[in-house]
Amino acid sequence: MTDITASSAARQADVTTLYLSEMRLRRLYSGAGVLIFVLLLVAGFLTANDRNAGGFLNGLPHIFDFPADVMSEAWEKAYDLPALLWQYFPSLIETINIAGAATLIGALIGGMLSLLVTRGLAPAPWAIWPIRRVLDIFRAVPEIVIALILIFILGGGPIPAMIAIAVHTTGALGKLFSEVAENAPQGPLEGLRSVGAGWTQRMLFGIVPQVAPNWLSYALLRFEINIRASAILGFVGAGGLGYDLRNAMSWGPGKFDEAAAIFILLFVTIVTVDQLGGSLRNRLTKGAKA
Amino acid sequence: MSDISAYYTDTSRGMSRMRLWIFGIPLLVLTYLVYIFFAFHGPQVIADANGENGRILMADMVSYKVHVTRDNNSGAVEVAVEGERKGRYPEGQSPDWVQTGDQTVVDLGSGYLVTLSGTSDVRFDIPGYGTITASATRSGGVEARFPEGPVPDWINVARNRVAITTPEGRVNITRSKTEIMRYFPGWELFFFTLDSKYYGMSPGTLAAAAFGGEAGAIWSDVWNNQVWRHKEVFWALFETVLMAFLGTAGAAMIALPVAFLAARNFAPLGVFRQVTRRIFDFLRGVDGLIWTVVLSRAYGPGPLTGTLAIMLTDTGTFGKLFSEALENVDAKQIEGVRSTGAGAFARARFGVIPQLIPVLLSQILYYMESNTRSATVIGAITGGGIGLLLTQAIITQKDWEEVTYYIVLIVMMVFAMDSLSGWLRRRLIKGS
Repeated sequence: MTDITASSAARQADVTTLYLSEMRLRRLYSGAGVLIFVLLLVAGFLTANDRNAGGFLNGLPHIFDFPADVMSEAWEKAYDLPALLWQYFPSLIETINIAGAATLIGALIGGMLSLLVTRGLAPAPWAIWPIRRVLDIFRAVPEIVIALILIFILGGGPIPAMIAIAVHTTGALGKLFSEVAENAPQGPLEGLRSVGAGWTQRMLFGIVPQVAPNWLSYALLRFEINIRASAILGFVGAGGLGYDLRNAMSWGPGKFDEAAAIFILLFVTIVTVDQLGGSLRNRLTKGAKA
Repeated sequence: MSDISAYYTDTSRGMSRMRLWIFGIPLLVLTYLVYIFFAFHGPQVIADANGENGRILMADMVSYKVHVTRDNNSGAVEVAVEGERKGRYPEGQSPDWVQTGDQTVVDLGSGYLVTLSGTSDVRFDIPGYGTITASATRSGGVEARFPEGPVPDWINVARNRVAITTPEGRVNITRSKTEIMRYFPGWELFFFTLDSKYYGMSPGTLAAAAFGGEAGAIWSDVWNNQVWRHKEVFWALFETVLMAFLGTAGAAMIALPVAFLAARNFAPLGVFRQVTRRIFDFLRGVDGLIWTVVLSRAYGPGPLTGTLAIMLTDTGTFGKLFSEALENVDAKQIEGVRSTGAGAFARARFGVIPQLIPVLLSQILYYMESNTRSATVIGAITGGGIGLLLTQAIITQKDWEEVTYYIVLIVMMVFAMDSLSGWLRRRLIKGS
């Protein structure tokens, strides 16, 4: 009896030392990890600082120079700010339309492709792998690449931006949609099959109604992202608010009031779309508040 | 009986409402797309689309051209890859399809033969068509004689310019110079430029030389290639990744502590919470584009500007995401830590952070990958990284093989970041 207690006490001591040594090792590893991370961060920051035209500390006092210039000029000409907001309203509509059309086209194509790459739903399982890789590439190519090439072929304007964003959206939504569709219950499909429905009918009436809320919610999130992308693509010559902003900026002082008007429009649009989209998405995924 | 008829009306009303949806939504979508088509001047864009540009682009992506240029005043001939100074063949050297001597004979292949003689005479033999002769003078412009019959549409004749486009190559004659362009598949000078002694060596000879102790010299010739500028390109790629990494990591490090102030269960004081949340909303709402524009005024072009722009935008995004994650943590673990007499910091460290880590890491890694793409765009605006090189190459509208090279590198970079973040996610978050 005493024998057993003694050995169990010994074992307990063993376990304790083992545990402590393992803890020490773990702490060492995570400490080393953190150290490497911090070193990378510092080295990276120093490199970036070095390769930049102006250093971080030198530029710090000047961060507010430009906003101050813009604001003071906008303040001086505050009387025509409403007129400017009105003047740039069509550009805002264009920016929103680029994002809207791109999201819509991306969601339609992405939706179709997503059903083709979902295991269990795909009509041609051999096509899953190649279509998935195509979606991966669509997702990986930055919008600006496609936009710039299309601007070369089609000329500047909203259409290159729309196509570029639509391509990326197709890739992104295709993947997300397929993940949703994969988890949808298959019961309705069997029911439809039993009455002789074809593949298109099975998808349209068996899957789409089930996944619609989630798909819609992802598409809305994408729309919020695309509004930003559409503004930023304008800056490289693809129409909308971004294009006007670049023109006002390259003019410099004297058109800062216009830049201010564009900043305001952009900010308000982004915040509004984010808020609306957020609450809509909440309703879609969690159901309407009773 | 009345029950059934009530059911019937109910069902039929439901069916007709459904029918409205089924036909109404596609109709709405279609209407919107038609509106967009006309609002974006679709018909005009289609009419103006430059098919020729597209064809040049496609051809240029996978091929290169060698220019043989003759100065029509002095008669001097020079051969250069893509007509670039850095791709020029040294004096006395030329590819084997160009014969120099009293007259320059350029063999474009398939019997297409261009002969340059004197200072400004050109003779172009085209199989199946005939011989074109031309001479350019400063006073009289370009005088060309064509075979009998109407001039075909692949020859463009003006007073001061004759342009002939054949499947084997192009010949442009202007008053000042005669230019012959021949296309070849592939990307010439990709590894070695003409002034490198390794140019034209077979892979076997190269490998032998590399093992013979010249590996460093070979690498240096490739790395310092002046035509493809591999060194600059890879630095630019690195800068882009750096922007994404620093921006995302910095944003996460700022957002994490501040997010506690915006979470309902950690900041009971409503005013504080509201202020922090509005700051996050502001940072997010201003968006990368505006931050980039504002910061580039203070910092000038370069990776730091892009880093800070990404950092500011994502501090807002992370702040929102993290505070939402914080509101969803399990209070029991915090209570357990508190029962041991832990202070606020220890409670956060041991009660909250372990619960959050999987969520935080997966969000940070996802944003790291997505920011690599953003950094490309931001680079194009601020003037740093691969984005700048790409826009510059596209704006010059001639080096499409370089554009292709950059695109391939960018896509590979994004794929690499994607798999790296996926790998890290699997390593760091066990069980997901």
